[in-house]
Amino acid sequence: MNPTVSKALKHRLFWPIVTLLGLLVLNVAVYPSFFSIRLQDGHLFGSLIDILRNGAPTLLVALGMTLVIATRGIDLSVGAVVAISGALACSIIAGSSDPNSPTTVLAAVGISIMLALVLGAWNGFLVSVIGIQPIIATLILMTAGRGLAMLITEGQIVTINSAPYKVIGGGYWLALPASIVIALGMFALAALLTRKTALGLLIESVGINPQASRIAGVRSRSIIWMVYIFSGLCAGIAGLMISSNVTAADANNAGLWIEMDAILAVVIGGTSLAGGRYSLGGTLIGAAIIQTLTTTVYTVGIAPEITLVFKALVVIIVCLLQSPALQTRLGSLRRRPVTTSTGGVLS
Amino acid sequence: MKKIIGMAAAGAMLLALAGCASGADSSTGAGDAPAPEDLIVGFSQVGAESGWRAANTKDIQAAFEDAGIELKFSDAQQKQENQIKAIRSYIQQGVDVIAFSPVVESGWDTVLKEAKDADIPVVLTDRSVDSADTSLYVSFLGSDFVEEGKKAGNWATEEFADADAVKIIQLEGTTGSAPAIDRAEGFADVIGSDPKFEIVASQTGDFTRSGGKQVTEALLKSNPDVDLIYAHNDDMGLGAIEAIEAAGLKPGVDIKILTIDAVKDGMQALADGKINFIVECSPLLGKQLVDIVNKVVAGEEVETRIVTEETTFTQEEAIAALPDRQY
Repeated sequence: MNPTVSKALKHRLFWPIVTLLGLLVLNVAVYPSFFSIRLQDGHLFGSLIDILRNGAPTLLVALGMTLVIATRGIDLSVGAVVAISGALACSIIAGSSDPNSPTTVLAAVGISIMLALVLGAWNGFLVSVIGIQPIIATLILMTAGRGLAMLITEGQIVTINSAPYKVIGGGYWLALPASIVIALGMFALAALLTRKTALGLLIESVGINPQASRIAGVRSRSIIWMVYIFSGLCAGIAGLMISSNVTAADANNAGLWIEMDAILAVVIGGTSLAGGRYSLGGTLIGAAIIQTLTTTVYTVGIAPEITLVFKALVVIIVCLLQSPALQTRLGSLRRRPVTTSTGGVLS
Repeated sequence: MKKIIGMAAAGAMLLALAGCASGADSSTGAGDAPAPEDLIVGFSQVGAESGWRAANTKDIQAAFEDAGIELKFSDAQQKQENQIKAIRSYIQQGVDVIAFSPVVESGWDTVLKEAKDADIPVVLTDRSVDSADTSLYVSFLGSDFVEEGKKAGNWATEEFADADAVKIIQLEGTTGSAPAIDRAEGFADVIGSDPKFEIVASQTGDFTRSGGKQVTEALLKSNPDVDLIYAHNDDMGLGAIEAIEAAGLKPGVDIKILTIDAVKDGMQALADGKINFIVECSPLLGKQLVDIVNKVVAGEEVETRIVTEETTFTQEEAIAALPDRQY
């Protein structure tokens, strides 16, 4: 086999990228102008742009989740934080005298992000200081958080009419959706901080063996605390995007099951739930696959009754293709015909 | 010796307590209706997925407070297992009546039988169940969703009377829920007889705005020449409006929008000309539910099917009705 091809096949992002391309090809097959992008009212418009815009919240949440998972943790509360931050921002804007003033919107955004940081810090406190298992510690906020969001909105859907707020999730900067610009900005920041400094290494070492890292002089506790705060921040911003996209805060549905999507994106991206080595690029591909999958369901016209089955099938296929056990078997299958043929030549 | 006296005393107290309890039981079982303040009703709501549901919740809570009946309220967050859990806990607590709006139609037989075995009458509100055994619940109070779908279909046939071909996108409610199934059925019944109507795509938006928006965004690209969007509730219609505007089209003009519910935000959009027609589905069931509960507890007969009174709104009617809309 060609060495570059076999190297590409061995790359851990090979199969996720193939899946993503496969989904895109499926879309084009059903709807030929799927890739067409035009300029509409001064911004880009097309299916791919929709995927980017709608995928931004998942990407952000998955980004925070990647670092948490790298420390051998998990953050189930992200969906609740999404709901809370959206609910708070919309309630502040709806209650203000001038919803269209940028100051009001900035204040609302600032306060919501502060709250998201506090919620992240709470998770981090429970995990790193109190020592509760991450799945339980964050489950507390996952359950209580939605109630908190309902309290903020008083069980109603808060509809707002604010042009500056709408930019975050539904607007455009330089013809690109603002949400994906924000998400990619956060992504670049995280990549820079963890890959250009020793931070990434420290996170991985804490994930592989917290005790050994601590004895080696790594401050495990503050690192763990920090990744949960970062996850809270990402979820908070994602909450602003989701509520801004429909200019309404829906405490019950905003960010519902986004924790599952985020964990899935991380796992598809090749980061192990056992902690340690993580891949931010993989998470990016994973989040793109998840959003493309949703769009594919609509474009291809898969009946709502079987949507979940279709999604599950795609996920199973990616996971199987990535699994080392299956790859070794496929490898041995591939090698066998080669040996018989050489045997034939010799005889 | 002291120990024995203590135990005897404790035993006597237990007996006395048991006596109290049985005494209370026999007084309620005597036939005359208990006072409202002694009644406890358990209610399991679907969730708060839309403005409609929020109005429904508020009205029911207010009606029971006015009647002085204790209401145990739980929110199932659109999940059947949460609802089953809530109903089981009401059975354990021994409430007098259980009322609930089933998230989906099927899978209720077991838990409803448990309620029946515990002699707790069940009232369905807003949505129905598909159990073959209708003795499992005493009454179903709610809208006739098939009728709503038919009203929507009738409007479409009138509105597009002169058109040659009408392409329709349908935004369905939560897959498997009674309103989604029935509203699609009623609509299809009416327009199905006319071949010029074609539903080019039908996807679920889960009754939410973001669902409606995402689905419409994607479907508008594969079906740019659509004439009508039929949304199973206002919120998905509101999401569709945003998607249509983002595509540089005018909602209500370039693409007509037809929804069901008539919540405030929807009525506002109707008055603004962004929605063309709304079929009302009233969430104000509280008073009727209190009546049913009182009748059931008093042992009176109640109708097994009670339909709420509802109307429809055009854009002009919405402008007139909007100022005194409660929800």
